[in-house]
Amino acid sequence: MLSLDNASVRYGSVAALSDANLRIERGDFVALIGANGSGKTTLLQALHGLVAHTGVRTVAKEAAAQVMVFQRPFMLRLSVWNNLRVALWLAGAPPAERAARATEALHRAGLFELRGRQARALSGGQQQRLALARAWATRPALLFLDEPTANLDPSAKREVEAMLARFKLEGMTLVMSTHNLGQAKRLATRVVYLDRGRIRADLATDAFFARHLDARTDLFLKGELPWDME
Amino acid sequence: MLWRTVGLSLAVSLSACAIAAGFGLAFGAWLAVARFPGRRVLLAVLNTLLALPSVVVGLVVYLLLSRSGPLGSWGILFTPSAMVIAQTILVLPVIAALSRQLVHDSLRDGGDQLRSMGARPFTTAVLMLLHERWAVATVVLTAFGRAVSEVGAVMIVGGNIDGVTRVITTTIALETSKGDLPLALALGIVLLALVGLINAGIAVAQRAQGGNPAAAR
Repeated sequence: MLSLDNASVRYGSVAALSDANLRIERGDFVALIGANGSGKTTLLQALHGLVAHTGVRTVAKEAAAQVMVFQRPFMLRLSVWNNLRVALWLAGAPPAERAARATEALHRAGLFELRGRQARALSGGQQQRLALARAWATRPALLFLDEPTANLDPSAKREVEAMLARFKLEGMTLVMSTHNLGQAKRLATRVVYLDRGRIRADLATDAFFARHLDARTDLFLKGELPWDME
Repeated sequence: MLWRTVGLSLAVSLSACAIAAGFGLAFGAWLAVARFPGRRVLLAVLNTLLALPSVVVGLVVYLLLSRSGPLGSWGILFTPSAMVIAQTILVLPVIAALSRQLVHDSLRDGGDQLRSMGARPFTTAVLMLLHERWAVATVVLTAFGRAVSEVGAVMIVGGNIDGVTRVITTTIALETSKGDLPLALALGIVLLALVGLINAGIAVAQRAQGGNPAAAR
């Protein structure tokens, strides 16, 4: 439903992404993993069309509705409810459906009782759940997630993972960057491993964690990839 | 007579700020997201206009509205309308430049998120104005402070006609030249009180809605 061919991104003299080729199929839950600075976020942004690159990005009609949830969710200085309404307005949801969709999304995230609160006054975990609810309410075919649990405590992390697992069960296609290998194992159907801006592996999750790839990947998986090598 | 002067000051400056806010906020928001050749030059000109001397604005508007000027047929020189035009020109760059900066800074924080949700560039900028509405209120208040406290432009295009175009600042200038310092000082205090009241009103509204206190500082 989406493909990226020969995509390279440079920030000044730094090559953030080099010749990336990736195909996202319907129903995939792709985990992008790699060390800091390996290009996970840049690849995610290139896939979503948020960053200029030298390659070709092809989006099938069925993947036109896509949205991204960021590591630090951005909420407008509005109530929880109005943040949902703005998202639905931007997504072009029919006006008659907006209230029902916002209500359903907030129930699903366990935030309906907090709908009158200022969104930015919520805790980090609640804001991330709200970001997921906001994304879900727009009915995306493809959801991008940039380390969605990186700043959350274990309890909030579990709640967010539960929401993602439910999205996956419902057939949504997800692409998530993460540092958390356990999370990739638990949720993803495919793992894409990046190292220094290049895609080094693109395998089914079981195969990725079972197979010996190369010395650097082994070090990364053991959490022993040293800074000087990164 | 005093309250008439105060009322005219408020009417002229509030009208100028309302008109300038309408155009300035839209222009500032557009400038924050628009990309075109010469944009940097336009930004430099806009930032220079922040220091536009009020007497220069007064002189230009006078030349435009005087009988022999291109807009002389309007016949509004030495009327409150001319004063509104002058003050609008004076504060428009203030509102446009400060709101552009405000939107520009906010986009770094949430621009990608709004784009991801499907917002077009100008929609993103307008949503950022809504997001930063308390800071926008402070920008408009700053513009109002500049408008209500200036004397050069309204003196030139209004003529300081008693009961017609005399406002607080021109009265202060007149009374000072006549040596009536207590009245001039009293009017100065009224002017400060007016701005203080509006600022307090914004702060109260902000607290009531749980806005960001930092934005009003």
